[in-house]
Amino acid sequence: MIRASRISKSFGSRIVLRNLEFSADPGEVISLIGLNGAGKTTFIRILATLMRADSGKIFINRYNISQAPIQIRKKIGVVLHSPMLYGDLTGDENLVFYAKLFGVQQPETRIDQILQLTNLDPRRKDLVRTYSRGMQQRLSIGRAILHNPDVLLLDEPYTGLDQDSIGNVDALLAQLAVEGKLILLTSHDLERALAVSSRIDILYRGSIADSLKIDQLAGNELKNRFRSITGKTFPGAGNQAD
Amino acid sequence: MDYIRVILTIFWKDILAERRTREILSAMLVFALVVILLFVFAFDLSPETRRNTAAGVIWVTLCFSGTIGLNRTLSVEKDRGGIDGLMLAPADRTALFFGKALTNWVYMLLTALFVVPIYSLFNNTNLFSFTLLGVIMLGTFGYIVTGTLLSSLSLQLRSREMLLPVLLFPVVIPLLLSAIRATSILLEGGSQTELNTWLVLLFSYDLIFLAISVMVFDKIIED
Repeated sequence: MIRASRISKSFGSRIVLRNLEFSADPGEVISLIGLNGAGKTTFIRILATLMRADSGKIFINRYNISQAPIQIRKKIGVVLHSPMLYGDLTGDENLVFYAKLFGVQQPETRIDQILQLTNLDPRRKDLVRTYSRGMQQRLSIGRAILHNPDVLLLDEPYTGLDQDSIGNVDALLAQLAVEGKLILLTSHDLERALAVSSRIDILYRGSIADSLKIDQLAGNELKNRFRSITGKTFPGAGNQAD
Repeated sequence: MDYIRVILTIFWKDILAERRTREILSAMLVFALVVILLFVFAFDLSPETRRNTAAGVIWVTLCFSGTIGLNRTLSVEKDRGGIDGLMLAPADRTALFFGKALTNWVYMLLTALFVVPIYSLFNNTNLFSFTLLGVIMLGTFGYIVTGTLLSSLSLQLRSREMLLPVLLFPVVIPLLLSAIRATSILLEGGSQTELNTWLVLLFSYDLIFLAISVMVFDKIIED
């Protein structure tokens, strides 16, 4: 569960988040979409305890982010632009490292599960620097779910992936949602956001301008709403908005 | 327990990566060897003068080569995005500081174990003693604590590898002077009282910078 209330964040004179309100419940898959610079990554980094908001309150699984960041870090899994993997270690060693860091119980069994889930078992003994971008991204998602977090925060998880890898990540996210995980992802790919999400939030000028349930969306409604809010076509959605 | 586990895990990962790449320690050792050779061959010193300057040469060599390690251990994390992964560990952020400081300290102690015998060999004298080892441990600890803190401070900057020595060397002057004086007394002879004074100074410096690091590291690494 995430409850964020009146979150603001500025970098110098540039206001990135402005009294942002956000809430999400277990089992939801929420895509956060917006123009470049809308504040998607900043919001994800604040939720991940990697950055502090200037004001506002955030609760994740009833823990206040400013009072119990360590408890929150036990409950979240995070995937950012960089895969947070070590190229000079094997896939197996990377997972062993993160399993130790998070104090995972029975790490060998859990690592085997993760490598099978991400289809990386045959390459587990290879150095990560020899992995393709798609394989690194799958391993990065595996690293994020290694400690079985309740909340998954994914910043642009589809960037640079080929079709096969996209299918793998889709299947992985669907399985995690079925397990009751709360998944919040940012995306530049509208098709993917529509395919995997149960809700889409449009972030504009530092706050959530609209929140749309996927099962209540008809036709090109999302593209039209996005265009009416931002005045621009969704990046990557071409000129299909009508 | 989470805290100690995170420190040891970071140390384990750094050593594992270093064993594979031999990127940092080998550079430190080669650099230390070059500096010693420069000191030995650039100045045509008498055996007596060599003994008098040994403390300075050893500490300057250790500091210069130590900077290589300090520059790399945290910037490697920054360059490869691993710093966010470490910051997500479920422990106080100072555990990340101590994990990195432990790695740096071990690298520097290994360099010292290389430098002292090599310098002894070139000067045809035995410099090693357990008391000297104690002085080196105290001196390198303070240097590494200060260096790890300052390298995290310069981590966000593009010119961080140039900036670290500029920031670090003025701050460690009291530490270096104490370490050099204590080492000189051990090598050339001197009163125990005088030695104790320098050891207390070294110890105080270590404690002060340890306390500062614990207080400010969290803020530095986050912003």
